[in-house]
Amino acid sequence: MTTLRIDNLNVSFSTEAGPLHALKNVSFDVPENRIVGIVGESGCGKSTLINAILGLLADNGSIDGGSILFEGQDELTSLPSSRMRDLRGPRIATVFQDPMGALNPVISVGKQMLNIQYRSTLSKDEKMNRAVEMLELVRIPDARAALARYPHQFSGGMKQRIAIAMALMMEPALLIADEPTTALDATLEVTTIELLKDLQQKIGCSVMFISHHLGVIAELCDDVVVMYAGEVVERGTVRQIFQDPRHPYTARLLECDPARQSERTRHLPTIPGEIPDLRARPAGCIFANRCDLVSDACSAPPPDKDIGDGHVARCIIADCPEETGVTA
Amino acid sequence: MSSDPILKVEDVQVSFPVGGFGRRNSILGVAGVSFEVNRGETFALVGESGSGKTTLARAVNGLQEISAGSITFEDQRIDELDPRAMKPVRKRMSMMFQDPVGSLSPRMTVGDLVTEPFRIHGIEGRNLRDEAERLLTLVGLPTSFDSRFPHQLSGGQARRVGVARAIALDPALIIADEPTAGLDVSVQGEVLNLLNDLRERLGLAMVIITHNLHVVHHVADRTAVMYLGRFVEAGETEEVFSAPQHPYTAALLSANPEPDPDKTHDRITLPAEVPSLLARPSGCEFHTRCPWAQSQCSFDAPERHVTDERVIACHFPLAPGARPPEQKESVLS
Amino acid sequence: MAELWRPIRKILREPLGALGLFLVLFVIFGAVFADLLTSWDPTKINPRDRFQGPSANHLMGTDQLGRDLFARVLHGGRIALFVALVSTAVSLVIGIVLGLIAGYGPRWLDNLMILLFDAMKSFPTVMLALALVTLMGPSLTAVMVVVVLVTVPGYARIIRTQTIALKTSEYVTAAQSMGASSARILRVHILPNVIGPLVILASMDIPVVIGIEAGMSFLGLGVRPPTPSWGSILNDGFTNIRDTAWIAIAGGVPIIITTLGFTFLGETLRDVFDPRLKGR
Repeated sequence: MTTLRIDNLNVSFSTEAGPLHALKNVSFDVPENRIVGIVGESGCGKSTLINAILGLLADNGSIDGGSILFEGQDELTSLPSSRMRDLRGPRIATVFQDPMGALNPVISVGKQMLNIQYRSTLSKDEKMNRAVEMLELVRIPDARAALARYPHQFSGGMKQRIAIAMALMMEPALLIADEPTTALDATLEVTTIELLKDLQQKIGCSVMFISHHLGVIAELCDDVVVMYAGEVVERGTVRQIFQDPRHPYTARLLECDPARQSERTRHLPTIPGEIPDLRARPAGCIFANRCDLVSDACSAPPPDKDIGDGHVARCIIADCPEETGVTA
Repeated sequence: MSSDPILKVEDVQVSFPVGGFGRRNSILGVAGVSFEVNRGETFALVGESGSGKTTLARAVNGLQEISAGSITFEDQRIDELDPRAMKPVRKRMSMMFQDPVGSLSPRMTVGDLVTEPFRIHGIEGRNLRDEAERLLTLVGLPTSFDSRFPHQLSGGQARRVGVARAIALDPALIIADEPTAGLDVSVQGEVLNLLNDLRERLGLAMVIITHNLHVVHHVADRTAVMYLGRFVEAGETEEVFSAPQHPYTAALLSANPEPDPDKTHDRITLPAEVPSLLARPSGCEFHTRCPWAQSQCSFDAPERHVTDERVIACHFPLAPGARPPEQKESVLS
Repeated sequence: MAELWRPIRKILREPLGALGLFLVLFVIFGAVFADLLTSWDPTKINPRDRFQGPSANHLMGTDQLGRDLFARVLHGGRIALFVALVSTAVSLVIGIVLGLIAGYGPRWLDNLMILLFDAMKSFPTVMLALALVTLMGPSLTAVMVVVVLVTVPGYARIIRTQTIALKTSEYVTAAQSMGASSARILRVHILPNVIGPLVILASMDIPVVIGIEAGMSFLGLGVRPPTPSWGSILNDGFTNIRDTAWIAIAGGVPIIITTLGFTFLGETLRDVFDPRLKGR
């Protein structure tokens, strides 16, 4: 069973200067027990996607078509808000870049962790033990004593780990992690990633991990979805994407990462140009204006080409690897 | 090292007062740092948050008073200058700030922002419109941008405006604090290439402050690694990267996730978080996190060992490719 | 031109804003064209015509001295708007200057000025008015000084708080690193970014100021007779309420219209341009 199946999702916002088509024909799955990485740069629609899943689109946003199916039964695009509230938290948990968004600064960590379990039928002691167990899982030293402390008494890395513990405490089916390690230092970032991977296996949930950091995605994720200007341009397993990218954007993006250049160079690769105005989407390929492999055929909407084994790219030349000029 | 330093920093300390009445105290944000930057050279300051790299940069730029040591720029002591005397120095040394959009005044147009240095220094006899055009062209922005406001710019464009401001008065040194912060991967290369072009064309010296080691590897001639306000290791970038001698440098380098799913991660895990500046560890300040630490490290602070090509503060410098003795189960505290 | 039209369109889209704008324009029109709208002299006494009701000759009737009330109301509007606009403008300038100094200057100066602002604010308006009039005698100037003293501390505090917030912003630090003087930083980088919300708040204070002027003139502490003021018309109305109600109505209605108009307009301005200020 797939935990989350997004099919042909379209989202637009009404703005003063006309409708803004923020997500266009977005389709991908988050299979059970897997970590799916969402990669994309600013303006790619990551936040809109998360908000659409959580039913938290801004007032001027609307879902214009497509479906978001959760655990094969709940259609999130048309779910009554009361049912959505029941799902958010216990079934679909979230971790954000700033852990203080999830932690109340004036309530002790222990009390907050009890509050989360308000639905559970356990006794108060059992709930306490459960909280301690979770803090130990995220390697907070002296977990029982930590329950009495307030969020500001922990370091940034610990706060994020507590936020992760709280998100996973009710054993959700899906964890949406939006750049959870971006604000952390490199040494903390890697320990947090390792921890997240560990916990995911212990709890057996699916994770949707959003990041712009390619190295983190490569290390943590099983599958990768590459987004550009509100479209999924390519998706596949982490090896397919990182070793055999078929969409020119994916290929260029990977090249741009200075970590990919093992030879020291003074001149780093870039992708010239800008994301097109989403209020006036081009009829054809969204990447055409920045693509160096562009041809006349790109002015028609590109198909989602299936390369095999779940590897899909929205580009007409996706099935001719030699033409995308990609080096793994 | 050639001996034509444009910037010479000697034993600089920066202290901040902490606590209120009764228990007035101070902490050292920068605890004695020395380095030189030569003309046309790019020098990188690397370290995690709280390592004091930004404080050091601000001290060099005169935005932060120093409590000890000296800073010499173009053969002139600048750490004791009053604001009036510092003003001409600011023409020769400019600074770029972390937030590409936030470092631009929100109600000023790009044209005004780019020519602000001329206005501040009362440089007459130049047509500011022409100057704006020249600078925007130099940093690769269309001249039509001069009437835009900062919020109408993307991160990369705003960063280019920042670069234009920094080079407006033909400085000899640019201090760039996290020049790629907040930029997309596809854009950060543009900014680094631009800085590098300008460095070559205008013969600029640069101090780059960053936590992104991959970036440092490509742009910096020499690199210094900071920990709790001190240099633990410094040297030629190539050498520091290929054969780190300080365990902290080695850990930082190994903590950099690489975009390759098949890469086996032979990682050096640090068993603790950064100590507070209020309670600096005794001995070697890194010993609380160092996988190689021995008993001597906990009470005996290592001398800074300076050779021609390397500065290192460690009792037991690592041999190339060294692995931690036995990786303990990582317990974070 | 389009730049100017956009905010006006935004205001007109709100029903209360449109009403407010209409009322304010109506009052301004009356005050500006007072001489064209009536040929009566507002101060000319005409004992034979006292206590007349509205007629084609005297649109709002006459008062106890036979002066034309319509003329007095229109000219009283001039006084009210003059006091409101001039003293608010003066308060803004003083408040901004003091606020910038307190926010950007050294810590001790800030503490001193905060103490001063708080001391000024803790004076009840009526006491302040009485004390000043005792010193200066009743006059338009006294009214304006009272208004300035009452409103300046609030304005200065708002500017001070925002200046402190911006003082450490990156763009101010960037200007410092370029060698910009404090005066330039305050003028170019801080002032344009703190002035907007204050102007909106000040526009909401205009009805308060009109109330202070009317109130002081009502008490005989403001505009000296025979100069017309809505407050003194109202006072005449109350003294002679047994003879005719028209005088009180002529004095009261314009105060209500103007106060409502500026309040609606100010609140709409605030909601449209700076929703963060809601509830202040």
